[in-house]
Formats: sequence, C-alpha cells, structure tokens
Amino acid sequence: MLRFFIRRLIVALLVAATVMTLAFVMTRLSGDLAISIAGPNATQADIDAVRKAYGLDRPLLTQFFDWVGRASLGDLGESFFFKRRVSELIGERMPVTLTLGLTGLVIALVVSLPLGILAAVRENTAFDRLVQVVALLGQAMPSFWLGLLLMIIFGLQLGWLPISGTESWQSYIMPGVVLAFSAIPALTRLTRAGMIQAMASDYIRTARAKGLSRASILLKHALRNAAIPVVAIAAVQLGFMLGGSIVIEQVFALHGVGFLAWESIAKNDFPVVQAVVLVLAVIYVGLTMLADLLNAVLDPRLRGA
Amino acid sequence: MRRGWRNAGTWAGAIIVGIAAFCAVFAPLLVPHDPFAQDLGKRLLVPFWMPGTDPNHLLGTDQLGRDYLARLIYGCRISMMIGVSVSLVSGVIGITLGVLGGFMGGRVDDVVLFAITTRLSLPVVLVALAVVGLLGSSMTLLMITLGLLLWERFAVVARSTTMQVRNLDFVAAAWCAGCSRFRILAGEVLPNIASHLVVVATLEIALAILLEAALSFLGLGVPPPLPSWGLMIAEAKDYMFFSPWVIVIPGVCLFVLVLGINLLGDGLRDMLGARSDT
Amino acid sequence: MTALLEIEKLEVTFGRTAAVRGASLAVAPGETHCLVGESGCGKSVTALSVMNLLVRNARRRAERLAFQGEDLLKLSDSGMARLRGNAMAMIFQEPMTSLNPAYTVGSQMTEVLRRHKRASQRAATDRAADLLARVGITAPGMRLGQFPHQLSGGLRQRVMIAMALMCDPQLLIADEPTTALDVTVQAQILRLLAGLQRDLGLGLLLITHDLGIVARVATRVSVMYAGEVVESAPTAELFANPRHPYTQGLLRCVPVPGKIRRDQPLGAIPGTVPRVGPDFEGCAFRERCDFADETCKHAIPRHHASTAHDFLCRLPA
Repeated sequence: MLRFFIRRLIVALLVAATVMTLAFVMTRLSGDLAISIAGPNATQADIDAVRKAYGLDRPLLTQFFDWVGRASLGDLGESFFFKRRVSELIGERMPVTLTLGLTGLVIALVVSLPLGILAAVRENTAFDRLVQVVALLGQAMPSFWLGLLLMIIFGLQLGWLPISGTESWQSYIMPGVVLAFSAIPALTRLTRAGMIQAMASDYIRTARAKGLSRASILLKHALRNAAIPVVAIAAVQLGFMLGGSIVIEQVFALHGVGFLAWESIAKNDFPVVQAVVLVLAVIYVGLTMLADLLNAVLDPRLRGA
Repeated sequence: MRRGWRNAGTWAGAIIVGIAAFCAVFAPLLVPHDPFAQDLGKRLLVPFWMPGTDPNHLLGTDQLGRDYLARLIYGCRISMMIGVSVSLVSGVIGITLGVLGGFMGGRVDDVVLFAITTRLSLPVVLVALAVVGLLGSSMTLLMITLGLLLWERFAVVARSTTMQVRNLDFVAAAWCAGCSRFRILAGEVLPNIASHLVVVATLEIALAILLEAALSFLGLGVPPPLPSWGLMIAEAKDYMFFSPWVIVIPGVCLFVLVLGINLLGDGLRDMLGARSDT
Repeated sequence: MTALLEIEKLEVTFGRTAAVRGASLAVAPGETHCLVGESGCGKSVTALSVMNLLVRNARRRAERLAFQGEDLLKLSDSGMARLRGNAMAMIFQEPMTSLNPAYTVGSQMTEVLRRHKRASQRAATDRAADLLARVGITAPGMRLGQFPHQLSGGLRQRVMIAMALMCDPQLLIADEPTTALDVTVQAQILRLLAGLQRDLGLGLLLITHDLGIVARVATRVSVMYAGEVVESAPTAELFANPRHPYTQGLLRCVPVPGKIRRDQPLGAIPGTVPRVGPDFEGCAFRERCDFADETCKHAIPRHHASTAHDFLCRLPA
C-alpha cells in the first residue's frame, strides 16, 4: 500500500512537471509576448521596456527554468495586469470556485445516488428506462445554455434566485445545479451498474438468507460495495468540474478562478494563465490520489496489499 | 420490448444525424437568405409561432437583422465540421498511442499511460481558451487545438482492446506464421478493435460539438461573423430576457444534435457488441 | 410427530424451463436429510425456494410448503425475513464470495443476532466468539476483527456455519457446503456439520452430489432427477435396495472399498440431465435408462417399497 502510494506520488510529480512545461510552451506559442502586453499603440521603446521589465529579454530556457524553479517553491510570479502576486490572486478567487465545485458535487451525488439505486432495484422497469433517458438528456445538455435557461426561468420569470454574483448562498444554487448536470449521467450510470452487480452477488444472497431488512441489504451491504467505483469517479468528476467551472463562472458572473483565467486570457496576462492551468492540474492529480485513499478505506481488500 | 425501445432510440439518433449531415453538406442550397446579410430595419423579428411574424423569415432574425434559419443551417455545418475533424485528429493521435501501448506493453505502455494521465489532468476548456486567446480565433486552430486535447478516450479504449486482441489465438497464430509487427497491427488488431473505436468516435464528435459551442459562447471559439450555435447564443444573450427564443432556438438545435449523436452511438455500441464501458 | 419441513409438489419455473417439477420431501426434527443428484437437477433451486431466495424471474408453486406447521407460501416478505437466519438458516456452496468483503467477520455475525433477538452488541459479540470457537476456529477474538479476504476458504465456510447458528435455528440447509473446498478441508467441514447436527439436535437438509458423504452422515436420502424426487428412503435401505434405475446408476458410480472388483469397471450413466419444459410428461430419465419402453412416455405412478421407501418408476414394486 505504501509502495503503491509512493509510486503514485512520483507519477503525480512527473505529471506536474510535464504540465509546467506544457503551460510554459502554451503561453509562448503566440511569439513575442512583449508586443501583445504593450498593446497596439505601443512604440518600440515601450515594447523594449516591457520586455526588460518582465524578463522576456532573457533566453527562453532561462525563463523556463526560472518559472519551474519558482513555481516548485510555490512562487507563481506576478500578474502583468493586476500588478499583484499570482498566488494571492488565485488564493482570493479559489474559495468561490471550490464552493461552486463542491456544491455541484453534492447536488450531483444527492441526485444520482438515489436515482441509480432505484433504477438498479427496479431494473428493466419503466422507472429504470426513465432514469436512463434522463442520463442521456443530461449528457447532451450544453451547460452554458442550461445556465441561461435557468436564469430566464428562475431568475427572471419566477424571481426565486439571484441571476449573478456571490452575495448569498442562493447565488450558488443555479450554477451548482448546472455544474452537477455534467456529472449526473456518469454517476447515475455507475451507481446503477454497481448496484445491479452487487445485488446479484453471493454476499447479498447471504444477507437475505440472514433475514436482514431490505433497507439493511440495500444500503448497508450492497451500496457499500457499489460505492467503491462511484467514490473514485466522484473525485475525478470534481476535478473536471473545477476545470470546467470557467464556463459557468462566466455565465453567472461568479468571480472565481475560472473567471480570473478568462479575464487573464483576454488580457494576455500569461503568468496568471499558466499558473491557473498548473494549479487546476495539481488539484486534479491530488483528487485522484484522494480517490485511491478513499477506495482503500472503503475496500478492506486494498488495505493489506 | 426492451430491444424495440432501444431500436427506436437508435433510429431517432440516425434520423437526427442524417438531417444534420444533409444540412451541413447542402447548406448553401438550403438557406432562404444570405446568413451574413444584415438588415437593421428587420432586427429581432419573431419566429413563425408567435404573433407578428414575417413570412420571409421563418425563424425570425437576430439582433442585426440576419435570417435566423439561414444562420442555424450554416451553424449546423460548422458544428458537424468541427465534430468530424476534431474526432479525426484526436482519433489518429489516440489510436496510435493506445495501440502502441497495448501492443508493445512494457516501457512504451508506461509512457502512454503517463501521457493519458497528464492529458486528463489538463483542464480542457481552459487550455483551449488560452491557446485560441493567445493565437487568435480561427476554425482551423480550433479543430487542431481540440483534436490535440480530446484523444484520451480513443487511447484508453484502443489500449485496452488491443491488449485483449493481442492475447487471442489468431494473433498468436499470425506471430507464428512470421508476420511482421506492422502486418499484425494493420491486418489483425485494427479490424478487431474498429467497432469499439467507432463508438468512441461518436462520443468524441458529440463532445467536440459541445466544447466548440462553449468556447464560441465565451468568445474564443469560432470567430464572428460565422454563425456557430454557441456564438449565436452569446450574441443573443443580451436580448434573452425580452426575446427568449433567440437563445432557445440555437440551444435546442445543439441539444438535439448532440442527443442524436449519443443515441446513434449507444445504438452502434449495442449492434457492434462493443464493451459497455467505452 | 409433525415434520420440521414439509414440501409437497413443489414447482419452480424460469420462463420456459422447469427447474423443479412436483418435488416432495419432508425433513423430521433432528434428522439429517440428504438431497442428492447430478448438477442441474434442481437440488439448489429446491433449497432456495424453501428460503424464498430465488432470483426475481423464478416462479414458485407448491401444494404445501410448511415449516414447523406454518405455511411459508402465505407468509409475507417481512414475515419470511423474520424466519430466515433465525429459525431456519442456510449455508452455501461458495464460501469465497458468500461473505461481504467490506465488513468484518464480527460485524457480519453479530448483525444476525441483533436483528432477530434484539441482542446488545456486547452479547452478540460474545455469542459470535463462542460459536467461532465451537466451529473449531482458534483465536476467535482476533478472527472477529478480520475481513473475509484475510481468511482461507475453509475458515470462511466455518464462519458461514457459525453465522448460521447465531440464532439457534431448528433447520439448517447446507447447499453443497464442501464442494468448493480442498479435499482435506472437505472432510473437516463435514465432520463439523455432522457433529453440530448431533449435538444441537438440528434438522439438517444437506445437498450434495457425493454419495460417500451421504453414506456417512444421512438419516434419510432423497434422490432428485430433472426436478423430481425419484426415490426417497432411509439411508441403509436405499444403499441396500435401490429401486429406481437412476439411483442404481448413481450407486454404481461410487467406489466402495471391498465391494468393487479389479476386473469390473466403475459404472457411469451416459448422457446428461435433460432440460425439460413445464408440460413434459412421463419419466425424464427414459433417454438414459436401460429399462425404458413406451409406457415411460406416460405419467408414472409412485410406488412404495416399504412405508418409508418410495420411488417413481413404472417397474413393479
């Protein structure tokens, strides 16, 4: 188990290093950053000044190792536009994105676990098919469009929920629902498949032979085993949600990390862009490791290995 | 009964995709108006089911007076082009990596797995936005960028199915018969994993269409004045509270097209007997 | 004395296949009743239908299905659940997969007592430890905290047996409990079951296809073929005077020390158990039987060789 985690940690570090390289290459794709930063009306002197000020006159390799060296120590550089430390900026915006992501995950689990369990228990009934249709519809739904529709219906027509901003907890409901939509189909299908497999297993027959109550058979004996893959996918889905929240944050004007990245892309603020890519990638890798850990907690067979 | 219900879904998907493909190919012949021609005197005309409609513009006009139906048909062309070309690019990358990893095993496979892990850790929307934002938006750039980002499902499926096929008897027989690696890959492995890859391709087309719409919606996808559905929704956003149909119509088209592709993909999966976890 | 378990004319169908076709048998209190036959002849399905543990697409019908005089056919699902694991318990063929991998042995054992007897966790744990010791597991305290994957197949089957005994059942159904185990372990488990049956006065319905086991432990034997009980008799009488050609064939397949001769090959019954539909008529064994003729295609009467010995064959008693 320990060896397994050390191996995972090494892979995670390698992934982080690769992402650092990719992020650096990506931001240099456009050629001369100094020209785009200085703006369209800049003179050659302005451009030279920018180039010097941001260290863009150094050889690319020097810039690269400077970025990798500092980023490894947690120093993500300084934003051109905001004139502040990137780590501070991300730290300020992260709570909004995390709140949004966790809200989305909770909503997704609250919807897909019961749906998946009921669909499995009523396998091949009308209800089961309905759940599968819902999953199919959810998969095809463009999230930004769903967000706009919800805004029209619940924000404008019914006036129940705020349309944008982060003033109150209600502000997170609509974006959370939209974000959850992207994860619900996968989580529901996985829960259903896991429960069907568990319910057909020998240990469930034993549990029934012991005369246990239906609730205990379903929720204690079957769900515990069906939940193992669901937990892993849920953690991965949270990673995808944090990465994908850029669209939702834009739709609902939530000033999270995604919004920050979007602003920075529009302003050629490349230190912020490459830092956000790196941070999201590291969070994703961390979440997959967390998923392995949770699996080990849920599945005693993994603990001894 | 279950089969019939499944078949109905597959047929519905096939019909939707067929109509979309037809619109995409024959767009110039189908459109009633020039999708780029503005008529500021006829801005935000309502579609045919609402009172005060203009019979010349079945689905009304947008905020610049451009015919909505014409723009939708051209938008369909853009979506289909993006979907197909992205899945071609990502298919070539993903299948190459996956088959190599699955067939060679060992170090090669470790590298392929690492590439997949790294790719999964990258936030797709953000990276695509950044690339397009830094290099300037164009259709070609969008296709290449998304193609470079969406290959991991191809790779995962190609890798696992290749591993299964590699261990089958007829492949061993080909080895013994002295066939070269290339012969075995092209002649034995690829035909046997093709059905799985077709299913993945449909899923990737759907995903690419959704992503293109999202990027265009954020203003960093297809450049205006091209009528991408995502861009149409973005441009109409300011009017949606007064004329909801301006975002409802392109959104429904997007939703129905992606649904159709997914239905067709599910049907193909059942027909070709591909594994359900693809 | 009334029987502990009475099964009369049990029929179980899965769609167009009849797994059990009018099987009848009775288990008396404190007796070991062995149900024998080849794979696929309906032994396990019979046991599972007593416990009402059949899969969802199975249909169960019977003229009578009673436990301690109580009609099981009329019992609700929750009423049945109150009996299972309590007055009647069952152990299965697959010890490797029959325990839940996610919970400790102790947790899975105590929940039976807590459910049926409303016992405290402490009392249940004590009872579980006692029973583990009783089924021959050393260091029961440690085993209670272990997970199934940490135990061998033999140990898991001992745990299953101990778990079945938690609520002092009157009837224990054991469905081929030793088939999946190593030969040396098989003997240990069998000896354990026989000892427990004797000491606790259990009614034991033991399903097996191993006639060697039957000869050693059974009070009474019922032979099943294609969903029917074709012969039923006290053990000694069945072995001494088998009447049904299928029983005779089965007995010829068993090497008995001292009885087989070198020059005579061990018997075998050609063919396999046929799959029959619900409206099949006549003797299902006729395709494999040396004595079959035209009359075997029609309904077969049940003959009595003695008061306790009956069989299903057209051949005269």
